[in-house]
Amino acid sequence: MRWDIIPVFVPIIFQGVKITLQISALGILFGTMIGLVVGLVRSQKPANPVLRLLYGLATLYVEVIRGTPFLVQLYLMYYGPIYLFRLDLPAMTAGIIALSLNSGAYVAEIARGAIESIDRGQMEAGRSLGLTFVQTMRHIILPQAFRRALPPLANEFASLIKESSVISVLGIADIMFKAKTVGTAHFAVFPALLVAAVYYLVLTGITSQLVRLMERRLGHSDSH
Amino acid sequence: MIRISNLQKSFGKLEVLRGIDLEVARGEVVALIGPSGSGKSTLLRCVNLLEQPTAGSIVVDGEEITAPGFDVNRLRQRVGMVFQHFNLFPHMTVLRNVTLAPVLTGRLSAKDAEDRALELLARVGLRDKAAAYPDSLSGGQKQRVAIARALAMNPEVMLFDEPTSALDPEMVKEVLEVMKRLALDGMTMMVVTHEMGFAREVCDRVLFMDEGQLVEQGAPKQLFSNPQHPRTAAFLNAIL
Ligand SMILES: Nc1ncnc2c1ncn2[C@@H]1O[C@H](COP(=O)(O)OP(=O)(O)OP(=O)(O)O)[C@@H](O)[C@H]1O
Ligand SMILES: [Mg+2]
Repeated sequence: MRWDIIPVFVPIIFQGVKITLQISALGILFGTMIGLVVGLVRSQKPANPVLRLLYGLATLYVEVIRGTPFLVQLYLMYYGPIYLFRLDLPAMTAGIIALSLNSGAYVAEIARGAIESIDRGQMEAGRSLGLTFVQTMRHIILPQAFRRALPPLANEFASLIKESSVISVLGIADIMFKAKTVGTAHFAVFPALLVAAVYYLVLTGITSQLVRLMERRLGHSDSH
Repeated sequence: MIRISNLQKSFGKLEVLRGIDLEVARGEVVALIGPSGSGKSTLLRCVNLLEQPTAGSIVVDGEEITAPGFDVNRLRQRVGMVFQHFNLFPHMTVLRNVTLAPVLTGRLSAKDAEDRALELLARVGLRDKAAAYPDSLSGGQKQRVAIARALAMNPEVMLFDEPTSALDPEMVKEVLEVMKRLALDGMTMMVVTHEMGFAREVCDRVLFMDEGQLVEQGAPKQLFSNPQHPRTAAFLNAIL
């Protein structure tokens, strides 16, 4: 076992941290945006036929994403456009789209769950005061739901960072890719993977700490 | 003030209200009593359209609120509601609970809403709790805040759905006291309650509901001491 090689690996694999951070941050950003919209659509089954269709589409999206492996989604996103439209998406773009779409479905379920967990009386109280549905959502339901969604969101963001390692199969130079290449080159894959593991651990650790900080900041939103 | 004609409401196959006819005059205070599941809450909730009636009409202050296309938000700004479980907004201070609706609906500026809120909180004896969060209040205090919150919209009618049923016995009085003062100030009120003492002392009229119908109504004294309908008598017997 060549422990002595680890100091050599540390800075090289660190170059991948930047890429991992970049794709994860974009995945979290777009995933959250997609998830919020889809989660809102899914939070109540509407009577209106147009909205009903939207609800059906949102449900289909969530089911498909949650029912298929991320690796398959990634390849579909990468090869699909070439196969169908002769559109050659850069690996980075395909990777970020796949990651965002994947995360969006999970965030949507978290958002829906959080919205549904808010007591029905809150919506009724808002409406009974003459507020519109949108006003009540925005000022009463969503702030409370957001607070409740934070712990599961922290989990989701951490797992997105881990899942992003799969994108290395497209040749994107993230932590995982760096570890594989440098490890193979030095015939020391195991130490390289150990270094990669520590980097992932640090990133996920920081993410959950940040979310916990935010939770504490929001204080009062829970219980009644 | 409120005129309800042949009001019907079904949830699927379940007929909850089966033709209610009722008028409430301006400044009148009516108590709504009856067994669980008789449709008291549903009736109340129809008056501010939290439930959409299946048939019949409701006129509030000369306007038919059940007419198609009627602006429900404008109606609800004129009809306040107080719930059994308070439904305060837990993520806002007491003050913000009270100012939120007047400000968002454009009724009052932030400053005026705050002045008004503090005045109302003083009226329910909670001026010093303005900065507190609902979590830190007792049930009775929460319900008094909820009343102040509803009053902040300057409603013409107040609906109370079992406002003291979720309270510990020692807190019932403080809430009833606030309601009584409101009644004396001339507010039009419909109150679903099990507090027969309150009905007797404060209400102008008591309505007994059973199985989605108004079975009997009358002045409290008369209805309590001399019920005409056997179902009213049986109900009163069971609870008094
Ligand atoms: N949203 C709803 N969907 C289906 N059924 C409902 C709904 N709301 C009320 N009901 C039913 O309508 C009937 C009357 O309910 P309502 O709440 O009006 O009774 P109530 O007189 O207020 O009773 P309680 O004293 O228990 O509050 C009950 O059988 C109840 O189960
Ligand atoms: Mg009820």
